[in-house]
Amino acid sequence: MSDTPTVPFRILPKLTDANREFWQGGQDNELRFWRCQDCTQFIHPPQPICPSCYGKNLRVEPVSGRATLTTYSINHQPWMPGPELPYVVAIIEIVEDPSVRLTTNLVDCDHADITIGMALKVQFEHHSDTDGDVWLPLFAPELGAAQ
Amino acid sequence: MTETLDANSIIERRACVTGVGQSDIGRRLGIDPLELTLDACIAAIEHAGLTPADIDGVATYPGPMAVPAGFSGAGAYDVIDAMRLSVGWYGGGLETSGQLGSVINACLAVASGLANHVLCFRSVWEGTAQGSKGRSAVMPGSGGSGSFKASGFTEWTLPFSAPSAAVWIAMFAQRHFHLYGTTREQMGWIAINARRNAALNPKAIYTDPMTMDDYLGARMIATPFGLFDCDAPCDGATAVIISRVDRAKDLRNTPLRIEAVGSALRGRPSWDQFDDLSTMATRDAGAQLWTRTDLKPSDVQMLQAYDGFTFLTMSWLEAMGFCKVGESGPFVEGGERIARDGVLPLNTHGGQLSAGRLHGYGFLHEAAIQMWGEGGARQIPNNVEVGAVAAGGGNTCGCLLLVKE
Ligand SMILES: [Zn+2]
Repeated sequence: MSDTPTVPFRILPKLTDANREFWQGGQDNELRFWRCQDCTQFIHPPQPICPSCYGKNLRVEPVSGRATLTTYSINHQPWMPGPELPYVVAIIEIVEDPSVRLTTNLVDCDHADITIGMALKVQFEHHSDTDGDVWLPLFAPELGAAQ
Repeated sequence: MTETLDANSIIERRACVTGVGQSDIGRRLGIDPLELTLDACIAAIEHAGLTPADIDGVATYPGPMAVPAGFSGAGAYDVIDAMRLSVGWYGGGLETSGQLGSVINACLAVASGLANHVLCFRSVWEGTAQGSKGRSAVMPGSGGSGSFKASGFTEWTLPFSAPSAAVWIAMFAQRHFHLYGTTREQMGWIAINARRNAALNPKAIYTDPMTMDDYLGARMIATPFGLFDCDAPCDGATAVIISRVDRAKDLRNTPLRIEAVGSALRGRPSWDQFDDLSTMATRDAGAQLWTRTDLKPSDVQMLQAYDGFTFLTMSWLEAMGFCKVGESGPFVEGGERIARDGVLPLNTHGGQLSAGRLHGYGFLHEAAIQMWGEGGARQIPNNVEVGAVAAGGGNTCGCLLLVKE
């Protein structure tokens, strides 16, 4: 995976102790989420207690990086500096728990081939920053998956 | 979730609309937004036949906000101070059931006796704030500086170059298209209907006729939304007086009683984590409203429903039961049902799509104008005794049912 960001300008997240593992997981090619160790509930975005059992025994765990396309929009409007237009904004759900969603970009996909429900795989876009590097989780069609 | 309420516990019925007012409205007026706000407030008080001394409550949405520029023209304190009001109750804020959440709060305040007459207002100056650069001028980090960092909800959208509600709501629409076969041509009727009504509204922003070809040919913003699926930022303020029914008997206008409100939120308060991405909290507010009245959707003679984006109006049509879930496309297709002389006249002032993004309050203003027969050239031919108003989208949604008695 190239270490050069394919998109020169992105607004990056403000890193905190709660979100650092998520935004830097790509360094190890891992998509990671907080998970309740008592009831196995995935938790996203990060919060101090489990939303199911209200327990505080939470830990960050990697997931497979496989996901399903929930919905998308092909964006044509130059809101801000960013990916080359038009680009695809998508909402995906991870295969481990469909209630855990990410807003992201769909990449490496012909726009005519986009189908809601298609199988996706994470890839990371690395951005160096003096406040801490960030790896944005983007999604591409999963190779070999039945479409 | 569904429980039977006795009529006495539905206290919004003790509240009514007694007056409405509006400032000048334009794309870029360059007028002090507090001045616009006060123009609307004073107009509404006069329209109700009240004096400022009668006003003992103030409600607004979203309260003072510096960012994004133009989103809020004044807060409750600004108006209380500028008019030297003395209030028994007041409130303003963003975390409520859409823009009309502030009106619902006012209904509860008068019903409980904390106030007799609440001045509710919403003012915007997004046209002037955005200038010639349009919405991109007010996007976070739009200066292109690498030092700005996203946090809060924007942490999960801005890094993916998805800064606008246009993109987030486009994804809801796309999901609806996928599940129900909804089309751009169907959605276009919301925009065309708004434009043909705007032609009869002297305060509307866009009045040139719009054809389906115009709609489909406009440049894409974020699929399935083109330019004419998005509302028109403007400058302007709207004010509404909410009074307790026992204080409204001898005022200038026939009171428009609040029959029921909907304020519910039953999914996660998030644009992307909400449980069903083909609907929104419209679903929850709309369902709740019908648990608080014996009236039915078929009793409603007019709907004024939020159209910050065309799809939001379609979502409200389904959420409030004017058609089945998934059938808003066929319902609006052809534009006959929703025309001024149709079974359910819709957004008779031109909505935010053509009359300007007055952000929620414009719909309540128009509902009252129509029910009082003050619509002029755009007046609905039939006398409207039951009207519905809905505003908001995503996780911030509220609706009202009005009855003229
Ligand atoms: Zn738990």
